[in-house]
Amino acid sequence: MLFRTHNTRKTRTAAVAAIALSLALVATGCSAESGTSGGTDGGGDANLAITFLPKNLGNPYFDTSDAGGETAIKEFGGTFAEVGPVEATPDGQVSYINTLTQQGVGAIVVSANDPKAIGGALTEARDAGVKVVTFDSDTDPEYRDVFINQADAEGIAKVQVDLIAEQIGDAGEVAILSASANATNQNAWIKLMEEELATNHPNITLVETVYGDDDDQTSFDKTAALLQSHPNLKGIMSPTTVGIAAAARYLQTSEYKGTVALTGLGTPNQLRDYIEDGTVTAFALWNPADLGYLAAYAAKALIEGDITGADGDSFDAGELGEFTVGADGVVLLGDPFVFDKANIGDFDF
Amino acid sequence: MTTTLTPPRTHPLRRGLTSFVRARETSILLALILVIVAATAVNPNFIFSSDGWRDLLLTPSILILVAIGQAIVIITRSVDLSVGSVLGLTAYLTGRLFIDIPGIPIVAVFLAGIVFGGLLGLINGALVAFARVPALVITLGTLYAYRGINVLWAGSDRINASDMPKDFLALGTGSLLGIPLLTIIALVVLAAAGWYMRNTRGGREFYAIGSEPAAAELYGLKVTRRILIAFVACGALAGLAGVLYAARYGTINSQAGSGFELDAVGAAVIGGVAIFGGSGTVWGAALGAALLLTINRALPILGVPDFWQRAVVGALIIGAIVLDRILALRQTRKLLEERDDTHE
Repeated sequence: MLFRTHNTRKTRTAAVAAIALSLALVATGCSAESGTSGGTDGGGDANLAITFLPKNLGNPYFDTSDAGGETAIKEFGGTFAEVGPVEATPDGQVSYINTLTQQGVGAIVVSANDPKAIGGALTEARDAGVKVVTFDSDTDPEYRDVFINQADAEGIAKVQVDLIAEQIGDAGEVAILSASANATNQNAWIKLMEEELATNHPNITLVETVYGDDDDQTSFDKTAALLQSHPNLKGIMSPTTVGIAAAARYLQTSEYKGTVALTGLGTPNQLRDYIEDGTVTAFALWNPADLGYLAAYAAKALIEGDITGADGDSFDAGELGEFTVGADGVVLLGDPFVFDKANIGDFDF
Repeated sequence: MTTTLTPPRTHPLRRGLTSFVRARETSILLALILVIVAATAVNPNFIFSSDGWRDLLLTPSILILVAIGQAIVIITRSVDLSVGSVLGLTAYLTGRLFIDIPGIPIVAVFLAGIVFGGLLGLINGALVAFARVPALVITLGTLYAYRGINVLWAGSDRINASDMPKDFLALGTGSLLGIPLLTIIALVVLAAAGWYMRNTRGGREFYAIGSEPAAAELYGLKVTRRILIAFVACGALAGLAGVLYAARYGTINSQAGSGFELDAVGAAVIGGVAIFGGSGTVWGAALGAALLLTINRALPILGVPDFWQRAVVGALIIGAIVLDRILALRQTRKLLEERDDTHE
């Protein structure tokens, strides 16, 4: 899950899975061939060979983001490649980074599986002159040149409040269906959502926040309880991909379909059915294709020496326009992207 | 096996009524009705809205199936902790079948789920019956192993509602004459299992093995075969539950059904299935499942904060076990007295 914070049970399961995985990897002789030619020079004297290293291969989210990167790299005439482990394990990316360093690519664009585990390998890469861009999931700042941040907390909170306000006519009772009660991301967003509601939407009352623990069944039952205990409820916001899908599934066959609005953060594949039958009008997430596109342009700017990753550097990112590097070498993609009936067909992740 | 002494000769109807009032299941049923009445008093929507009525019947259905299997295993003095993982694996298998074999008949998917669940149960049963390791340890191991396989197989992939046919998803929410289809499936299975466990030789052998495994062995019962059957049945029911889980929730990731094992054991124990085997009924386990999940739904409506809801469920389980122990002690004493009386 994109927004899951692990609780102990899941961590334990994950640990077992990790053991099973490492056994499987050993057994298959660490497969996942690195199908790249890497070190060929792109155009001019700059080495525009840019390799994308997602958390794992075969993940539709990264397929979309890396396709965005490929589009950008074709635009400016560089060489695109994609390598990565089959499974998203903390140190699974290290060997790929080492290989890419030896091949002498211009830049590595990586979504880190762990903020520290790949730090050593990235440092070696940068010592060898390879530029490092992180996207989607950052490492500690000292290991990379820039980080392409998909969305900031303010933007995520605001887009959900805006969507629900628009769908319920800016007045009435709303509720929040969150992940677990101690989920850091969600709690930060919910706090900002409350502030946004209080300052800009005085006629909307937040009646309750419930926690579905990022579990389908719990989220499902909590949705039912919300609808029953608040007969005047007009909208539900769910800032978690599991929650919004479960709530949509409940609403789809409920008597409240069409009268209670639902929005939040979700992925197009997950919510396609519910958008098509009108259970959900619109929801938000960032656009992974834009994220990859921007990351590729940032890599180009680093390779060509236009930016160094310092605060205030600015660079051109093709169709997306001009971007400026913020504090700690972070580049913000922008406001979250809103998916609705009109555009959901363009996405597959 | 506590009802072997000759029962007093009374009118059959009256005897039936007395045993109904005395039965463990009756108190669970009363508790269930109490919860429903309390929740309805606070919020009439709890049963008097179409959603409320449907959820009341629909929510426990999947757990009832798992709890029936769990009860059969517990009655033979074992336990199956892997049911949550079996459910998750078959739920994912269900989704994968629909994606990888477009147009596959829904019946075939149901069969595949049941057979696959049964196979996973067979692995459990074989390890328990032949390796002679306590089921608690074996199934704790397979709980993690099956989940590990699920994580390996599914990775970060997720099955979405749009990946499965509409007809199949409609099974998860549709109803016939105001009764959800899932509930009908659960009730049919429950009636069949209840009849088998009560009225057939095979069913009674489960109780005999659970009461005193050594005696059952000496008596010549095929203990190994019975244990295998219990685990296969439990796995197959968890497999069926996995298919229905996919139909109902429409979203399956690698963590689907985690935690179900505890609900299933909890349901069986609350429903009066003795944790050391030998007594209890699948009806009780089913009522326990209904009570557990109805309480879960009623507590938020009664205004009990989120964080206290689990504590209430825990108190319920402990209460059930204590009650079980007290009843067992009293029964033993009574039986001893009756024996002494007849000898005098």
